[in-house]
Amino acid sequence: MPHRPLSHLDWLEAEAIHILREVAGQCANPVLLFSGGKDSICLLRLAEKAFRPGRFPFPLMHIDTGHNYKEVVEFRDKRAAELGERLIVRSVEDSMKRGTVVLKHENESRNKHQSVTLLEAIEEFGFDACIGGARRDEEKARAKERIMSFRDEFGQWDPKNQRPELWNLYNARSHKGENIRAFPISNWTEMDVWQYIEREGLELPSIYFAHTRPVVIRQGAIVPVNVPLVSGELTNLPKAGEDIVQLQVRFRTVGDISCTAPVESDADTVEKIVVETATTTITERGATRLDDQTSEASMEQRKKEGYF
Amino acid sequence: MTTHVEDHGLLRFLTCGSVDDGKSTLIGRLLYDTKAILADTLNAIEKTSQKRGLGAVDLSLLTDGLQAEREQGITIDVAYRYFSTGTRKYIIADAPGHEQYTRNMVTAASTANLAIILIDARKGVLTQTRRHSKLASLVGIPHLVVAVNKMDLVDYSQEVFEQIREDYLRFAAKVGIEDVRFIPLSALNGDMIVERGESLSWYDGPTLLDILEATPGAHSEHAEAFRFPVQYVCRPQDSANPDLHDYRGFMGRVESGSIRVGDAVTVLPSGLTSTVKAVQIGGQDIAEAVTEQSVTLLLADEIDTSRGDMIVKSDEAPAAVKEIRANLCWLSETPLDRARTYLIRHTTRDAKAKLTGIDHRLDVNTLEHLPAEKLAMNDIAEVSFKLAQPIFADPYATNRASGAFIVIDESNNNTVGAGMIL
Repeated sequence: MPHRPLSHLDWLEAEAIHILREVAGQCANPVLLFSGGKDSICLLRLAEKAFRPGRFPFPLMHIDTGHNYKEVVEFRDKRAAELGERLIVRSVEDSMKRGTVVLKHENESRNKHQSVTLLEAIEEFGFDACIGGARRDEEKARAKERIMSFRDEFGQWDPKNQRPELWNLYNARSHKGENIRAFPISNWTEMDVWQYIEREGLELPSIYFAHTRPVVIRQGAIVPVNVPLVSGELTNLPKAGEDIVQLQVRFRTVGDISCTAPVESDADTVEKIVVETATTTITERGATRLDDQTSEASMEQRKKEGYF
Repeated sequence: MTTHVEDHGLLRFLTCGSVDDGKSTLIGRLLYDTKAILADTLNAIEKTSQKRGLGAVDLSLLTDGLQAEREQGITIDVAYRYFSTGTRKYIIADAPGHEQYTRNMVTAASTANLAIILIDARKGVLTQTRRHSKLASLVGIPHLVVAVNKMDLVDYSQEVFEQIREDYLRFAAKVGIEDVRFIPLSALNGDMIVERGESLSWYDGPTLLDILEATPGAHSEHAEAFRFPVQYVCRPQDSANPDLHDYRGFMGRVESGSIRVGDAVTVLPSGLTSTVKAVQIGGQDIAEAVTEQSVTLLLADEIDTSRGDMIVKSDEAPAAVKEIRANLCWLSETPLDRARTYLIRHTTRDAKAKLTGIDHRLDVNTLEHLPAEKLAMNDIAEVSFKLAQPIFADPYATNRASGAFIVIDESNNNTVGAGMIL
């Protein structure tokens, strides 16, 4: 007898588990990119469902810009320890010391420079696959990227020369020096992610929930200021003449402090965020990613340069 | 506690047509009318529409692709888009329509359960309509919807619609397409997409969204044999927990059918039999696993099993074959070389393969069978392969998952062919 189809979350979960296992089955030395953000938090739960009671067949890795929210960095370390899995951290600041990352000016966003550090780490450990939490609904370059995305020796994505991906037969083969980027939650939307977090009762860094923080309004965007780093040092200082206001906000997406902006919100529980996500009128990256707005094609450009 | 009430799962569908048929406008309209488009995206396309001197918002801009594509003025690849009605999630595979993109359409069709074939009401059934329909049927999409678009440009004429329906049905009978529905619409004005509009009062059938909402999900219509290709074997011997020292879990996705604790199973290729001791997700027991679920199976007996093996129910085992006949779509710019050995990936199993014959090539425009000596990109042909290792295959027509394979060129690891076993 045929049966009732899976619910959409069960289907998405099953697809993601299948993809994670294909990476483990096909690749010799994969790694899972874990930033402490909501998408990669979902990846960790999916990896538990895919591989427990065994250990993960890959370590976790974070490319730290040195400008990450303290709450997220602390959460990252806590979560990795709870899972008992190995966490590798490689730092953009080390690449700066080596001279492989050169900022145009002191305050330039380090977000795009993560590509350099990522490629250095891939070479250091000999990783043949990096599992990431990118989603196709985030951005139009991502809408056309494969679930198993081939990158050449320079980490470059060539949108005109992608491997066809048919049925659920994934081709994660690569030669030495080349690399596969695998995206198990490609088919998830922001709403799916929040519904999954709700269903699974996943813990998140506190800044995803409504909280009050000092901000300035810069070119229409809410920009957090005087943000404490892990070291205790403050970053994102206000510019001269800017008025600091205390606003109740939450982050929809979390990345380098210099390029992620929060939204005004009083949603302090996952249930309220699900409701807010259903009724929002602004896209996830539209309101909140200052880096994507620099040019219409900036994600596509970054991916061609090795960004994940 | 979850916030939503009902869940009809997920439907993957494909839109076939060219920009001229209003395909981008149709997708834009579906996204817009189901509120998948948010204000900032709409603002951006409003600005672009104004910049281009258009009177109304051009919804086709919503599917505007990559910079690389805009530079060349063409769509070069499949894009995936998402919307939800609250009760069902949809994944649209948006494939470019031109003949040289047969490979993209086959790619997009491979995961779809429904295809929307767009026809321009002013032009009727064209060569490309026949091509898209044939490809959709070849790739085994069970449900077809012929959407007669641009009805606003033919005064919403019922006669025009009926004539197109007749023409199409005559062709469909010839190629053996059975389940097909027809709908008149205007993507530009939004008639019969999500809202009925006021101009098509003579049409009393469902809207396009009604059809999508009522389409059965994949695997839900017929009973299928249990097929469980092993992806990965879990042996947590190094665990601190002594209970796990003998744990041996076979991890995979139920590609079809279902499995319960106590079922008698056979592991291929060894042919050894056992019974299912446990079905688990993430180490937690569940009673039964159904199609498309990713689970771990534990067997009562110790059987040496690894990636590439297949677990099946003992009374419905597939054939182990070393020679296959298949419809093959060639995907690579480098033509098929009959002298070379390729790699075939079927479920989780790889086998070296050599072409032994090309029976005929299909002309996707005339649907004629032509003799062929070689295959170039976008060609579709009936071929035979000889394999170095056996695969456990079903005919594609009865089981898409265990009837499909890809061809890999080991020199560059590219996916160069897509096959459907006859």
